[in-house]
Amino acid sequence: MSNDTHNHSHSHSHGGAHALPFWRKYIFSTDHKTIGLQYGITAIFFLLFGFGLMLLMRWQLAYPKQAIPLIGKLFTEDGVLSPELYNQFGAMHGTIMVFLGVVPLAVGAFGNYLVPLQVGAQDMAFPKLNMLSYWAYFCGGVVMLGSFFSPNGAAASGWTSYPPLAVVADNGQSLWLIGMVFLITSSLLGSVNTIVTAIQLRVKGLSFMRWPIFVWAQVTTAFLLLLAFPPLEAAGVLQLMDRIAGTSFFLPSGLVVSGEALKVSGGGNPILWQHLFWFLAHPEVYVLILPAVGIVGEIIAVNTKKPLYGYKTLVYSLVFLGFMSFIVWAHHMFMTGMGVTMSTFFQATTMIISVPSVIILTTYLLTLWGASITYTVPMLFATAFLPMFAIGGLTGLPLGLTASDIHLHDTYYVIGHFHYVVAPGTLFALMAGVYFWYPKITGRFMSDTLGKIHFWLSVIAINGVFMPMFFMGMAGVSRRLYDQTIYAHGAAAQPLNVIMSVSAWILAVAQLPFLYNMATSWKTGKKVDSNNPWGGTTLEWAASSPPPHENFPTPVEVYRAPYEYSPNKKLLPQFVQEA
Amino acid sequence: MEQPQYGFWLPPNISTHGAEIDSLISTLHWFMAILFIGWGIYLIYCLIRFRARPGHEADVSGNTHFLIPKYIEIAIVIFEAGLLIFFAAPIWAKVKKNFPNEAESIVVKVTSEQFAWTIHYPGRDGKFGQLKTELIDGTNPVGLDREDPNGKDDILSPNILNIPVNKPVIVQLTAKDVIHSFSLPVMRVKQDAIPGMTIPLWFQATQTGKFEIACAQLCGVGHTQMRGFFNVMSQEEYDTWFNEEEKSLLGDAESATQPSGENQ
Amino acid sequence: MSALIPYIDEPHPVTGVTNAKLGIWLFLASEVMLFGALFSTLIIMRSSATDWPAHGSDVLNVPLATLNTVFLIASSVTIVLSWAALKMKDLKKFKLNMGLTILLSFGFLVIKYIEYSSKFHHEHFPSTSTFYAVYFTLTGLHGLHVVGGIIANSYLLGPGSKMWFTEPERFTGRIECAGLYWHFVDLVWIFLFPALYLL
Repeated sequence: MSNDTHNHSHSHSHGGAHALPFWRKYIFSTDHKTIGLQYGITAIFFLLFGFGLMLLMRWQLAYPKQAIPLIGKLFTEDGVLSPELYNQFGAMHGTIMVFLGVVPLAVGAFGNYLVPLQVGAQDMAFPKLNMLSYWAYFCGGVVMLGSFFSPNGAAASGWTSYPPLAVVADNGQSLWLIGMVFLITSSLLGSVNTIVTAIQLRVKGLSFMRWPIFVWAQVTTAFLLLLAFPPLEAAGVLQLMDRIAGTSFFLPSGLVVSGEALKVSGGGNPILWQHLFWFLAHPEVYVLILPAVGIVGEIIAVNTKKPLYGYKTLVYSLVFLGFMSFIVWAHHMFMTGMGVTMSTFFQATTMIISVPSVIILTTYLLTLWGASITYTVPMLFATAFLPMFAIGGLTGLPLGLTASDIHLHDTYYVIGHFHYVVAPGTLFALMAGVYFWYPKITGRFMSDTLGKIHFWLSVIAINGVFMPMFFMGMAGVSRRLYDQTIYAHGAAAQPLNVIMSVSAWILAVAQLPFLYNMATSWKTGKKVDSNNPWGGTTLEWAASSPPPHENFPTPVEVYRAPYEYSPNKKLLPQFVQEA
Repeated sequence: MEQPQYGFWLPPNISTHGAEIDSLISTLHWFMAILFIGWGIYLIYCLIRFRARPGHEADVSGNTHFLIPKYIEIAIVIFEAGLLIFFAAPIWAKVKKNFPNEAESIVVKVTSEQFAWTIHYPGRDGKFGQLKTELIDGTNPVGLDREDPNGKDDILSPNILNIPVNKPVIVQLTAKDVIHSFSLPVMRVKQDAIPGMTIPLWFQATQTGKFEIACAQLCGVGHTQMRGFFNVMSQEEYDTWFNEEEKSLLGDAESATQPSGENQ
Repeated sequence: MSALIPYIDEPHPVTGVTNAKLGIWLFLASEVMLFGALFSTLIIMRSSATDWPAHGSDVLNVPLATLNTVFLIASSVTIVLSWAALKMKDLKKFKLNMGLTILLSFGFLVIKYIEYSSKFHHEHFPSTSTFYAVYFTLTGLHGLHVVGGIIANSYLLGPGSKMWFTEPERFTGRIECAGLYWHFVDLVWIFLFPALYLL
């Protein structure tokens, strides 16, 4: 199936039959590969922006009330990050990373580019809808960034936007809510596309139990997005009504803000927001991890030169995890005055949901047994994912039991827990995916040397950022504090902040080789010598690098499950017929 | 009173229910460490033993079935279930349900706002005075009606919670404006303060000392400033403080010292 | 280029549906979650309210809302008739019934306008109480969905109907999907009407 089509542009080759104008080909494209790249580039910009916000915050955290060197005066008169800006940066860091960065990259970029290829389709089922999804995301991003220019700045009530604070806050919170409506719409339309494509457009021979793990992960993720986002959309509309139409969905009677009784009807319930928000936001965290699990599976399969252990178990675990993610949400609300019955239910479901996570991790670990492991750059990141995800998952346990949560709730322990899963977890997996599929997308490899520098610097620095957080949380230091040294117990833990901040700045520097590598290798990297340079078994490796507009000019067919090898150790891709 | 020692791990525990919580946290972390180190050793072993090298081929038979991980997983599930049923749930039930007798406790109202705590003691009569929104101002953040006979002797303590050692304390917690969270790290106490709701919590201190109240829910620009003072005193010191407060509120005549140990 | 993508005109052998039909069902599942969240909000607001009207009919216009219910149910019937007409290859009848559907939908909106302006005239706004907050938000979002349906149906009646001459099966499929969406909008009203007006 390999061929040597030379492609001169990194995203398209057109025989000339229909040469589209630039704006139709690159701006308003309906080709899933172009759209995937649009998502990818936009998401990387937002990830860097969100990272930048935190790098600034980390100066204040390490050196409270000291002016930020060189650029501090850009933000405030004396160069010291103000508490107002700190809270804005904090809320927007979370929002941007989750909704504008990780999910668009994991689902919009990787999902869009690879799902049609891995099922042998020529494009997504609804190409125009796909384009619309990207532009809805883009508009949402513009609105979110625009909120920084509101009088009194951007939203500053955490990415969680709890009322009454988020309702009474006099800042860009309304734009945050409008931006969320765009982003949710984008996700909903995108998930419909993914599910229909994977089910309806799969080629002959590709039964469900022959889907690559990546596809299972993306389809499960799409169902989570489809069914979990609407309650947040509803909640967002309700909060917007509270802010601009004077309603009291989330405002109880008798509120006194800054000494003045609030003139609203009252009768609302702040806890209602929390239920609606977390009903989405818990499945959302599985949206953050599942695509990463899919990517790591593909990379481990290729770099161990043997079948993935326990494919069926993996699939059932992924689906069960998706299902369970809908019934654990109130474990974020243990401290709201929850009684014994409700908390026991949610503790039980939270304990149960740890089971499929452990199973998934275990099957990947067991795949390593008896393998022949090649340490390519993608494999370095995929391997690091395993213990990092383990730390993230394990530290969820004390948070998931109410009694231990009493001490740890809303402390730095929580921040450490979820960042381990998303940063050295998901982000490492996404980086692995970039290194892994770059040759397919561009026809050239990324530089190995730069990749290894990126990896080693990152894995050390990222642990320096997040490991101390568990200690700081144990010491009782609350989240979202502008200056913890005001507290005696905060001051005692302050040295940890210096370690974390320095590590964060090193982590930032460590990304420079990666960015340079991505930006230049498509022109100067080593060319691939075949369609399947890594020796994969899934369908994208049947297409040329990059694939043409219609992906498979000669239709492909699937003859077996993925990750298979013949008895004499020969690679057996899904699309190769011989026995 | 001594200054507590804080560091990089659990703060001192001076709470009657703290030991159980700390032992749950400790057990959990041993469990997590064992799992992580176990997995870690296995991982490093595989990464070395099964690295690609000349003469080494992967086992593609797909015939290996691992039973040990299955047993480990079942053990993990049983362990987690055990922790939930025998440790976490009972501790939570105790904290949430087994409230001490009000007659034998110090009962206070704690009202949080942007950005301060107001601790409201019912005074010698043990009854809280009426609270009226229209009376709220800078010196009276909760709108206590001093005309109410029950309210004459109420103590309003800005940001300072004084309690006697070895006596249960019941807090009626609420918020005026946004959600805050009342946190006493050394007591292993944390409870969200939600406007429109009054949520009760209880605790009992086992040692004296000067400690802190922290706000544990983002409440606005001044969230970091909501540091309160949590002073655990001996019964005598507490009575002295209490009587002085009552004296300054009621004048000398009415506040003739009464025997200590009653429900104030 | 629809030639690149299969199962646009004919159903998939395993799932038995076209892409669009599967797509619209998935979209409707998400809409169920959206309105489910809003109905949950209604229940929670109701259960903790101190000044909720004893009966919806005390403050809301039941006769007008009943007329609206008739309009919507009738429009669901006419949209099915428009689809059936296409199955019978009768474009004229399709246009007639789709036109009726849109007319009835406008009727619904006119009555909604009458209701809302009457409320505003009497100084009842969403900010007045949690009851009105829920009433306006729930009916308002539903109304937006009616508007969305009108736009889609008008397009299919007008410029979109040109597809009948080039790809009749695909066009019929589109009308079926539009009908499914419209039935959902109708169904939400069937729940809204008793929940707000009658209970």
